[in-house]
Amino acid sequence: MSDLVEDLLAGEHRALARVISKIEDRSPGYREIVSELHRHTGSADVIGVTGSPGAGKSTLVDKVAATYRERGETVGVIAIDPSSPFTGGAVLGDRIRMGSNAGDMDVFFRSMSARGSLGGLSTATTDAVTALDAFGKDRVIIETVGAGQNEIDIVRTADTVAVLVPPDSGDDVQMLKAGILEIADLFAVNKADLDGANRTVQQLKEMLHYGQGRAGSDADDWEPPVIETIADSGEGVEEFMAAVDDHLDYLDASGQREAKQRSRYAAEIRALVRADTNDLLEAELAQRGGIEAYVDEIVARESDPYTVTEEIVAPLRECLDAPSQD
Amino acid sequence: MSADQQTEGQRIRCLVAKVGLDGHDRGAHVISRAFRDAGFEVIYSGLHRAPEEVVQAAVQEDVDVLGISILSGAHNTLVPQILDGLEEYGASEDTLVIVGGIVPDDDKDELLGLGVAEIFGPGASMDEMIEYVREHAPDRER
Repeated sequence: MSDLVEDLLAGEHRALARVISKIEDRSPGYREIVSELHRHTGSADVIGVTGSPGAGKSTLVDKVAATYRERGETVGVIAIDPSSPFTGGAVLGDRIRMGSNAGDMDVFFRSMSARGSLGGLSTATTDAVTALDAFGKDRVIIETVGAGQNEIDIVRTADTVAVLVPPDSGDDVQMLKAGILEIADLFAVNKADLDGANRTVQQLKEMLHYGQGRAGSDADDWEPPVIETIADSGEGVEEFMAAVDDHLDYLDASGQREAKQRSRYAAEIRALVRADTNDLLEAELAQRGGIEAYVDEIVARESDPYTVTEEIVAPLRECLDAPSQD
Repeated sequence: MSADQQTEGQRIRCLVAKVGLDGHDRGAHVISRAFRDAGFEVIYSGLHRAPEEVVQAAVQEDVDVLGISILSGAHNTLVPQILDGLEEYGASEDTLVIVGGIVPDDDKDELLGLGVAEIFGPGASMDEMIEYVREHAPDRER
């Protein structure tokens, strides 16, 4: 098992690919692998890129990755696409835009499907980032359509979050809505050569302006810049990357990178504890004859959901409440 | 079983690849869609990929199945290059390589001898291909 870890740390692409599969599949032993890898992490900058379908995320990521490579840095990309709620199948098409990095193995590009929605996706993504970081990638980019809370949670795990906004994204009230616009550390108005780009830039700047000067905001706070890009031709890509680096510098200077990291690990612990406890109780439920028997009682008005829950959870609570023996 | 219940565990991952100077991707699209509906995870390469790009994708994505769609007649040159690339990265043993397209009978035996598992020509049915993949996808210990 730790052969795989050794091979990964030695720089074998196949081992890295296999580790990410294990992480995705939650196959036996993946936890030990991630535990071992954790010690070797901490050197990668993690950049999240999100925006609506067709905003140009993959094209921009391709250009950004190629530019990092020109500078001698190595890159890992995790591109998340939705999976079918009916069959669980998926077509993962982000790779198509990877033209600038064709044949360059030092850009490790991995497509992931959302595979249902049990919240496991954010754990899997975090663990995949761990693998890429331990492998020695200098930059890790997470690319995802920012649809739904789940994906917002994922992209928030990045050090720097870039939100791509296509021109003509609705009126200025859309900009006030809660959601992905709030989590942006920088905005890129992509396809800036199209009609409506100027207006979108203006609306974004106004939206940002409304948030300033209120109680709780500080003059030293980071102000998300709005950058115009034409990813297809590469225009604005340098500016985009400079803004990413500015934000990373800001995180370091303000001590926020560490604070972010701490809250990320806290969230990770919570998610794992929740998932594991849930599994334990599911197993307990199965051992007691499955949920249907309880449902029968409730339907027959012999019991109710709260009583049933109490019955199942009480032993766990007693166990944790008991004074420790050692 | 709903997709949610399938969240954990192995899912068949396929790379559908178009290689070389061949601009016909309707078939590859139709197959990608059919595989998706069969519950597979499909990575589509896009058009005009070089053999080394296909290898890069197959290795990085850690696919169980590599489907090469080729209608240009260059299969005798391009397919062996892909197989060699997989070998180089230690990926040939547990990747099921299938070829779809126009391959003359005389060439089929050669490709099959090199390590291609099956060749599907015009008229092959979707169900047949899906069934084949389900049956032959490598059973990995992972």
